[in-house]
Amino acid sequence: MILLRLAWRNLWRSPRRTLLTLGAMVFCNTILVFMIGLQLGMYDLMINNTLRAFSGNLQIQATGYNEKPQMRRSFADATQLAQRVRDHINLDSVSARATGFALASSQTRSYGVQVLGVQPATEALVSTLPGLIKQGSYLSPDDAQTAVVGSVFARNIKVDIGDELTLVGSGKDGSIAATVVTVVGIFDSGISELDRNLLQMPLTVFQDVFSLGNDAHKIVISAANLDAAVKVESEISALIADHPDLTLLDWQTLNPGLQEAIQADFSSAWFMYGVLIVLVGFSVLNTVLMSVLERTREFGIVLALGLTPGRVGWVVMLESLLMGLAGFSIGAATGAALNMYFAINGFSYSGMQEMGARFNLPAEFYPEVSLIALTLGPGAILIATLLAAIYPALRIRGLQPVEAMRAV
Amino acid sequence: MYSVSCRRLCKTFQQGELAVHALADVDLDIDAGGFVCLFGPSGSGKTTLLNMIGGLDTPSSGEITVAGQRIDQMKRAELARLRLKHLGFVFQSYNLIPVLSARENVEFVAQMQGMGAQQRKHKALTILAEVGLQGLEDRRPAELSGGQQQRVAVARAIVSGPELVLADEPTANLDSATAEILMKLFVQLNQQHQTTFVLSTHDNLIMNYARRLIKLRDGRIVEDIDQT
Ligand SMILES: Nc1ncnc2c1ncn2[C@@H]1O[C@H](COP(=O)(O)OP(=O)(O)OP(=O)(O)O)[C@@H](O)[C@H]1O
Ligand SMILES: [Mg+2]
Repeated sequence: MILLRLAWRNLWRSPRRTLLTLGAMVFCNTILVFMIGLQLGMYDLMINNTLRAFSGNLQIQATGYNEKPQMRRSFADATQLAQRVRDHINLDSVSARATGFALASSQTRSYGVQVLGVQPATEALVSTLPGLIKQGSYLSPDDAQTAVVGSVFARNIKVDIGDELTLVGSGKDGSIAATVVTVVGIFDSGISELDRNLLQMPLTVFQDVFSLGNDAHKIVISAANLDAAVKVESEISALIADHPDLTLLDWQTLNPGLQEAIQADFSSAWFMYGVLIVLVGFSVLNTVLMSVLERTREFGIVLALGLTPGRVGWVVMLESLLMGLAGFSIGAATGAALNMYFAINGFSYSGMQEMGARFNLPAEFYPEVSLIALTLGPGAILIATLLAAIYPALRIRGLQPVEAMRAV
Repeated sequence: MYSVSCRRLCKTFQQGELAVHALADVDLDIDAGGFVCLFGPSGSGKTTLLNMIGGLDTPSSGEITVAGQRIDQMKRAELARLRLKHLGFVFQSYNLIPVLSARENVEFVAQMQGMGAQQRKHKALTILAEVGLQGLEDRRPAELSGGQQQRVAVARAIVSGPELVLADEPTANLDSATAEILMKLFVQLNQQHQTTFVLSTHDNLIMNYARRLIKLRDGRIVEDIDQT
């Protein structure tokens, strides 16, 4: 206890120096908490928005389909299975999809297009796309020969609401799949990949045209958030455990690019944080080293009194620990206050727009106020502080009492 | 039994080309419970000898035994533990820890030895009163006069009842009245607890209290006077 008291009072021997170092620590901690909180908040939003746009949190697919999406890798009784999943997890946001390709022709032009068979009644619960219809309306559940297409596609192929498109592709059995659908809606998702080459039609029509019987390729499941998805995932795993031909895929597998983008962004950000942390570390090193050199004589006394060199070294470590803990708590607290303010009021800056456009995000961000967001940065600074104190502490361990006491 | 025993003790300081023989072949035995005063001209090796006995510095050659243990070959951490358990120090100039109050300075060693809080506090207050610092216990060293600081240093050295107290000119900064109070305290401890005292001084008044006087010159013992 007296060592703790000694360490604490030593810190306040030159209050200005300690406060300046502490200030640097608090400043960096606040920035780190804010930046990391913002980043984590942004990733959450990014993931949620991306998943909600189209892929959902989870998908059931025929085993192997994800690696090699082929028409024949379908599974049977799709709508029934979708209903069973719905009942099992007690969540409506479950919808079956079938995917194929076709050559679409309007009166004047032809383009290749990805054709998606969806359940019109439930698709809107797993995807934001049905809500993004800019012209006309979404598919209705009456299984008519209708289709909705992306805005860029509509412009390219020159169709409007009410126009007909001829689709030609190949069915599951290799036969020619051909049909004519009426465009009832045009969506504008902002995701160019979808707007450029996606066409949706009712699943029943798709199954007819592509000779799919009652098969489909995916059951898309959407959860309220990532945490809820984890729970749903284990429930569905249990449900399909006795179907080795079915696989449950999580969002990382479904969106490998998203996961990579987040990791790359996080790593590059940590490079910058690293610079900040090292700077604080050196500022602490400077402070501790100066205060240790000033006190050489005093260390000589306590060594002479019978403190082991190791213990004297610990006093120095303790001083840094105290300063580090003070910086940690104050920094985390101010950071938390800052994050909470922006978590309510939103935060935005110009550079973020590009990222936002890429991942279909709003212009404002809401930093995360979680344990990890509040402690990750300050924790790193605390560790840097302790590391910085090691060298001065080791110097003391090498001190000879007589020489130390002769110092001024 | 001897409290301190030195055999052919040498300490040579290298100062550039010049070798300074601060101690040259010192043979010395000090009885447990002895009260010894080292004296001699400045630079004769008094401080060096006390530092050697206290394990604060290592001899160039020779043997030292303190409290039954050979210390000339000891590791630094072992030496530190020996000092903590068996030795008390008073240095030439007052060596207090500036951020601790008088009482805390005195308690410091006791706490390091693991003495309980109550006992520690009681002892510290008692001993501070004995050296005449009643009412000043909570002052920091900077708020005490030189003599008062030295008395705190003395209190710190004797608070945990060490077997051997080494004091390097403990009264150098004190007026003669205070010096006498301290010396009487030393004598009392020496008689009541058989604490061994080894002092160095230039002061004749101090020498009168010693039972044995050892005169050094150029790192050698030139006189050994029994005063009993
Ligand atoms: N670290 C050192 N480096 C070089 N020489 C030293 C060192 N310490 C002591 N000496 C020399 O050793 C000799 C003995 O010094 P010491 O301090 O023991 O003398 P002293 O008897 O205590 O003197 P004083 O009465 O002035 O305190 C002196 O010649 C001194 O210059
Ligand atoms: Mg001296």
